[in-house]
Amino acid sequence: MCGIAGIYNFRGTQAQSVETVSRMLSSISHRGPDGFGAYHDGGVCLGHARLSIIDLSGGGQPMSNEDGSVWITFNGEIFNFEELRAGLEERGHRFRTNSDTEVIVHLYEDLGHGCLERLNGQFAFAIWDTAKRELFIARDRMGIRPIFYAEQNGAFYFASEAKALFATGHMERKLDPLAIDEIFTFWHTVAPRTSFEGVHELPAGYYLVLKSGALERHKYWELEFPEEFSNISFEDAMDELKRLLIDSTRLQLKADVPVGAYLSGGLDSSVTTALIRNYTGSKLQTFSVAFEDGDYDESPFQKEMAKALGTEHNEIRCSYKDIRDNFEKVIWHTEKPVLRTAPSPLFLLAGLARKTGFKVVLTGEGADEVLGGYDIFKEAKIREFWARMPESNLRPLLLKKLYPYLPAFQGQSRFYREAFFNSGLTAASDEFFSHRPRWATTAKNKMFFSEALRNEIKSASPESMMRLTLPASFKSWPVVARAQFLETRGLLAGYILSSQGDRMLMGNSIEGRFPFLDHRIVEFAATLPLHYKIRGINEKYILKKCMAPHLPPNIVKRTKQPYLAPDSKSFFEGGKSAGYAEELLSEKKVAEYGYFNPRPVAMLVNKCKKGGAIGFKDNMALVGILSTQILHRQFVEDFTGALPLDREKLKIVNEPVRA
Amino acid sequence: MRDEVRDFIFKNFLFDDSGDSLNDSDSFLEKGIIDSTGMLELVAFLEEKYGIRIEDDELVPENLDSVERLVQFISRKKVPS
Repeated sequence: MCGIAGIYNFRGTQAQSVETVSRMLSSISHRGPDGFGAYHDGGVCLGHARLSIIDLSGGGQPMSNEDGSVWITFNGEIFNFEELRAGLEERGHRFRTNSDTEVIVHLYEDLGHGCLERLNGQFAFAIWDTAKRELFIARDRMGIRPIFYAEQNGAFYFASEAKALFATGHMERKLDPLAIDEIFTFWHTVAPRTSFEGVHELPAGYYLVLKSGALERHKYWELEFPEEFSNISFEDAMDELKRLLIDSTRLQLKADVPVGAYLSGGLDSSVTTALIRNYTGSKLQTFSVAFEDGDYDESPFQKEMAKALGTEHNEIRCSYKDIRDNFEKVIWHTEKPVLRTAPSPLFLLAGLARKTGFKVVLTGEGADEVLGGYDIFKEAKIREFWARMPESNLRPLLLKKLYPYLPAFQGQSRFYREAFFNSGLTAASDEFFSHRPRWATTAKNKMFFSEALRNEIKSASPESMMRLTLPASFKSWPVVARAQFLETRGLLAGYILSSQGDRMLMGNSIEGRFPFLDHRIVEFAATLPLHYKIRGINEKYILKKCMAPHLPPNIVKRTKQPYLAPDSKSFFEGGKSAGYAEELLSEKKVAEYGYFNPRPVAMLVNKCKKGGAIGFKDNMALVGILSTQILHRQFVEDFTGALPLDREKLKIVNEPVRA
Repeated sequence: MRDEVRDFIFKNFLFDDSGDSLNDSDSFLEKGIIDSTGMLELVAFLEEKYGIRIEDDELVPENLDSVERLVQFISRKKVPS
């Protein structure tokens, strides 16, 4: 895993580009502390910060083809690179290294932009084609690896993180009001929008082409559900899913450094761990977060799983103070407001993996989206069932089966439970039917928005932005398939893999790998009849069935627990608040930054201090407001830029390395 | 009592101390003011403040869905039947 950065000048040459790219790399050196390289050709400059994982001695970048006519800077992994390499060698390509990077270069020579369809991996890269004078920038299908870009004064800048764009010193730094509006609706921005005005994110499954001073954006992959689901038998589907999982795990274990695994205590990471232990014979170290607050702690299950699978287990105990003390750093890495503190413990967990000597971890991320694990899918199923007969007294009783782990939810009267899920009940044909209750609850916190912010948002609607991202056939899919799409293309890429994933991992120079997100598994799962994935309201049914022989019964039977961390409690221990939170949430600072109304925020803070904020809504408000304030301070008010790397650290690689 | 109830609703759910964004007869549900956890917060407040016990079958909008209804409900509960 690595960091990449670069410049393309629309108007010919610019002498300063190497120096600028050096600053960009310096600002994201946490992504790749093992070495820095740059290539320049007239108005184009590519930069690379390396975390060496495959081909430790030969994988330096930027890298070129045989004659130096194609250059690449690449962040990520191509898991099928050995298979691809064999084919390329047969077609006469000569390889100088054992790296996956070189495979992309040669595949590009053969197939041009079409090379993307052949890659199985997680990647963001830029290729400079010196003959065509074309810059080609691509991002993986699921959005595992990030890439941001911006245009300023006739130049195009790209990088793995937005802070590298600001490090150029040429970019205005302003939070985008519409981004705040989107986050206070969906929990994430809708790509290409980012938190910052003028900074774009390349959406998952897209590529860019810059040529003759023009920029084009193309989609090469999308999650699509079929018009008719496959008629494969359940037994055959189980076998195929298992075969694919074993294969993707085998491929993703490839590395020239030791690979560890996260273990949450739930089904998905247990599956990943069991696959590694059962099918690869690898010795394995596992990593878990335990919470001091027993309401959030899953360590007994983590230990049970580690014992059952015979892994060497490592645990980090997370307290309110740990979350509080790391939260500013966390927001520096997320580069986005967040509505939960959940990234914070994952930041600490990646730190533990790094301290233990690891650079790569496998996790169970993606299983819930791909195989139907989340409660929002079951909720949508029940609400749809109810909507078909709204006058039914019995149908809404099923709602009580949802969220068994939420005492506040279980304690409420039937009337209020139904009133909540009634949100948008009348129209199951509504494209966003599944997400109405969640989005409506989240959006209530817009009551804290200041007049100034409201005026900037005006009539913009987050839903209309989301609608633009939907495939043409979306409306014809069943409610649960639509919900899976929104979770996979929206929340997974926009929050789980970024704010909780890549940014927390790379903040500690750790690479995450996600066997469930192998595109073959994602595509296969989308063809399956929905009741294979959720049987009644039994989630991830096919996964449980096919993996049960390899897992302790307790893990398979266990009710799904969402991953949560203490939110407002972390900042207001014993009625007092952390210094920075006190300051940033003060009426003075809230008024000064201008996004929120000072008085209502003061009342919310007061409620939190008294321990009165027990629901999701208030906690989301507090964390959302605090993280927006932190983001503003770090990126708008106090951004200090980055010094260029030391001259001797940055290797200029303008000539292709001869074998 | 009316003022105390209004004060609680405004400070805890509306985050507004101007006191003019809600009429005593406005429905909490229709205005989207109180969600499921909000209901628990409200019940805890009423029980603590007025020394009453609220049974599950009393958790209905007829008793709880506006300032007006709350005031009447608490008054009825405080008079031992």
